[in-house]
Amino acid sequence: MNWRRVLLVLAGILPLVALLAFGMTRDPKELPSVLPGKPAPEFTLNVLDYAGAPAAPKPTVSLAEHRGEVVVLNYWASWCLACRDEHRALSEVAERYAGQGVQFYGLLYNDTPQNGVEWIRAMGGQSYPTLLDPNSRTAIDYGLYGVPETFFIAPDGRVAHKHVGPVTDQVLTEWIEKLRAQPQREAE
Amino acid sequence: MKRILVLALALLLGAAFGGARSLSAQQPRSGAELETAVKALSAELRCPVCQGLSLKDSPTELSMEMKSVIRQQLAEGKTPEEVKQYFVGRYGEWILMEPTPQGFNLLVYILPWVGLALGGMLVFFLVRRWTRPQPDPLAALAGAPAPTEARWPED
Repeated sequence: MNWRRVLLVLAGILPLVALLAFGMTRDPKELPSVLPGKPAPEFTLNVLDYAGAPAAPKPTVSLAEHRGEVVVLNYWASWCLACRDEHRALSEVAERYAGQGVQFYGLLYNDTPQNGVEWIRAMGGQSYPTLLDPNSRTAIDYGLYGVPETFFIAPDGRVAHKHVGPVTDQVLTEWIEKLRAQPQREAE
Repeated sequence: MKRILVLALALLLGAAFGGARSLSAQQPRSGAELETAVKALSAELRCPVCQGLSLKDSPTELSMEMKSVIRQQLAEGKTPEEVKQYFVGRYGEWILMEPTPQGFNLLVYILPWVGLALGGMLVFFLVRRWTRPQPDPLAALAGAPAPTEARWPED
């Protein structure tokens, strides 16, 4: 047995094995977001109008108008199955925080307004306004991968957190409380 | 021999990096020139809703919209690099089909060449050993010690 040769071969192979082992610990399906911490991309969008829609102050909504409030943006679509799972939690939490400096908006992603309205009816209503995002421009601005995705925007206009997949009452409440407790500072 | 290997490695690395940088900061504005630039750039960006497809190769609606964002921004006079940065700013480095040659990513660019160089060296030395001139068989017949015995006289 030639120990020097064995050591040489090991020295060649071990770093490679270590590198591959490190690769195995990483999740290729993980969807990174670079937005948290950055100012939320601005938008001005039309409100989805339907009979029985929650009252929106204006037919168009700008994010800038909500500086000083916590904003929860939820991207959804009528063809999205997971969006059904989170619908009740979103509507309930939005109702609970209504008038307390917390604004919920749905954003209809890659869908027709008509399908959106039918879906809302079938789900028994939505307690907050949904905005229309023609050509998905706002979705791309937010680096959207798919639906549902939920963005929490702090009172200073920064994106605080992005939740991928169906959101729960607990996640919503935790983040809203965290952001409401934060001292307000101006976005640069 | 070593010098030639080092030189070859340097040349190969240079070619690899030069190739990655070759997308120049030309500013296409309209027509066929714009379409060519959109195609080139969309081949370098990943489709967010696909598995391992570039925007160029993806037929999804989101990719179509992202391509029209590219077209719009290029037509406005942004450089391809600026458009890329727009997407990196939203989706992160992940959106690039090829990782930028920096930091840890450099491994991806360097390791294959290191492997190639090491393999080449191994083959070179093995071939040299295999083709080493054999001792004259007639001399062995004449009673000269075989080469292995010659190396270990104490055995």
